[in-house]
Amino acid sequence: MTTSKKNAFSSLFASVQLALLLLFLLASTAIIGTVIPQNNPAAFYVEQYGFKTARFFQLLDIPDMYNSWWFLGLLTLFAVNLIVCSADRIPQVIRLVRRDILAVTPEQLTKFPLRSEQRHAGDLPTAAAQVALVLKQHGWRAQETQVDAGRLYGAQKGRWSRFGVYVVHCSILVILAGALVGSSTVARTIFRDPLAAFKGSVMLPEGESVAHVFAHKGGERLDLGFALHCDDFAIEFYGNGMPKTYRSRVTIFEHEAPVRSAEIEVNRPLTYKGITFYQSSYQPLPDYLVHLKKRDSKAETTARIPVATEVDWPEGGVSYGIINRERQGEVTRRLKIWFSDGQGEPSVFWLNIGQEATVERPSGAYLLTVQQRYATGLQATKDPGVWLVYGGCLLMLLGLYIAFFMSHRRIYVLIQPEENGCRLLFAGDANKNRVGFERSFLQLVNRSENRAQPHLPQ
Amino acid sequence: MDSSQLFGIAMIAYLLAAALYLGLFLFKTERIGLVCTLLALAGTCVLTAAIGLRWRESYQMGIGHAPLTNMYESLVFFAWCTSCFYLALEYRFKTRVMGVFVMSFVAIAMAYASFSDRIDSKINPLIPALQSNWLIAHVVTCFIGYAAFAVAGALGLMYLLKQSAENRPSRDGQGLTESLPPLPLIDDLIHKTIVFGFLWLSAGIITGAVWANEAWGTYWSWDPKETWSIITWFLYALTLHARFTRGWRGRRIAWLAMIGFVAVFFTYFGVNFLLSGLHSYGSA
Repeated sequence: MTTSKKNAFSSLFASVQLALLLLFLLASTAIIGTVIPQNNPAAFYVEQYGFKTARFFQLLDIPDMYNSWWFLGLLTLFAVNLIVCSADRIPQVIRLVRRDILAVTPEQLTKFPLRSEQRHAGDLPTAAAQVALVLKQHGWRAQETQVDAGRLYGAQKGRWSRFGVYVVHCSILVILAGALVGSSTVARTIFRDPLAAFKGSVMLPEGESVAHVFAHKGGERLDLGFALHCDDFAIEFYGNGMPKTYRSRVTIFEHEAPVRSAEIEVNRPLTYKGITFYQSSYQPLPDYLVHLKKRDSKAETTARIPVATEVDWPEGGVSYGIINRERQGEVTRRLKIWFSDGQGEPSVFWLNIGQEATVERPSGAYLLTVQQRYATGLQATKDPGVWLVYGGCLLMLLGLYIAFFMSHRRIYVLIQPEENGCRLLFAGDANKNRVGFERSFLQLVNRSENRAQPHLPQ
Repeated sequence: MDSSQLFGIAMIAYLLAAALYLGLFLFKTERIGLVCTLLALAGTCVLTAAIGLRWRESYQMGIGHAPLTNMYESLVFFAWCTSCFYLALEYRFKTRVMGVFVMSFVAIAMAYASFSDRIDSKINPLIPALQSNWLIAHVVTCFIGYAAFAVAGALGLMYLLKQSAENRPSRDGQGLTESLPPLPLIDDLIHKTIVFGFLWLSAGIITGAVWANEAWGTYWSWDPKETWSIITWFLYALTLHARFTRGWRGRRIAWLAMIGFVAVFFTYFGVNFLLSGLHSYGSA
């Protein structure tokens, strides 16, 4: 009873029909998530599709379908199918690969897809030496044996290529395993350690530090174990206004001591203690960084000020403020500055962000630069499974190459003594690329034929 | 001479080649066969020069990058890959008539790139997300795959045409497709091109995943482009398994080659225009 149940289970999961069905189901259901926007708030679906449809979506986890029970279920079935199907067939392949190359009968040879017969004028040892030489010259390492009919040579190449397809199957399992190891959901719910694998982010204003990020899933606070300080954030533009670079300069602090400074750009993340930080967004803050210096004196100041606020700098004897700004999107391009030293009319002028202005006043000359203050949006990821995924990818390419472009080729030569010489029967077979193999088979056969009658008059 | 003139010349060469291949197909005048091949070859050489020149021009503008970054450049590169792949196939298997399907496709892609309002042919600087060494590896691997699948799809169409003509009793219907290679050869070619394309598509998805992990901190995010590429991958995996283990041949595989190409086309084109996502820079 149990055996038959087990058989039913394994024969279902070992079947290629199930694999075909699962591939079809995965391909067709995956379309849903490309048509229906994913991971939006519930209200969005009610608004877009109506209350009833939205409830139906909720039931089937459509708003997050790639993490839904049924899609993950399909992937699990696919993995089980891969395992059972491969486990079912690998022993057969092992037998095939380890089989004695010489375990064939002359009758079987006559049924090989590629065959060719020749006559050799010499006796059996001469013909055999000849055959052995030709096989060796074509790179075949032949084994030989005595058979009733005469002598048999057998050689094979690329028998391990029969495992190629299982290397591919295995690589998919490795990739899926890597995805599980790196999954934040698995880390949270199974290992109960949200810090083992996570994706999170943080908005970090320039000049400030942070020692935690917020998880993308669940929004929980994750302590990094070190502090990240944003020294500076900058955007550069091309001449045509397109963004060129988003760059954060950050310093990592351990126990309040700086241990590492680095720049983070898009495509140039920073990895520290297994956590990788990516430049993912930015936000202009409502205040500006003003740097002011009185020429011919040591007096200087840095202040963080919002728009429309008058600031005093008693040491330099001036007061100043930003009275207007010109913005492109959210990014400030120019500021209108108000500047007075209490003598005469105040100076009012436009100043580009980041540019230095010299303000000539009766009390002296002042150097002024204003920077937009930003917060940099950093994504933090810890994914211990990523190397498993990459390894699986390499394995897949290797396996695909073996499975598609290498083949198991066998070649046999049966030498049967006759009157006045020998009869040679060449037989060959390849499990793939038969056309290519036929060419090399014929080359070998021709070479042998030419050598068989070297001393015959032309 | 600037690259846009060269692109124009290449397009004209491809259009002429397509027309002559059609002539070869309809009138079976073997004499023009060589002219067809030479035109296609000339178009491909000029296109190679044009792509190289555009690359150089971007450096002269001070924003140097490989010409693989927007819809115009990718269409042109797609045409280049497809015609290279086709010419190699023609050389290897000595069958010229299938050029009628492939070259018209290449010519349409070039003409669409040049004349469509939706497509901007200006050389633009690279946005930060695209500034990566993975750009070339990712685009090239994907497009070799796409090119192979385009040829496989064309071969599928050819198979079905020839087969339906052979099933029809009337003589003149058969006459048109007589010059097409024998069905078993087409079937074998479909299989070989799909196998080749599958390897490169896999490499394309993998390089994309590695790049995504480098740029966004996640190697897979079920973005529509990613999802459609995996849908395509599943479809071809299904095709290969149906052939290897269920013995599917001929008609069914020809249909699958065409359906597969529809998925490829949607992955490449449809996603950019119809769906939104991370790959939106490809849409202009």
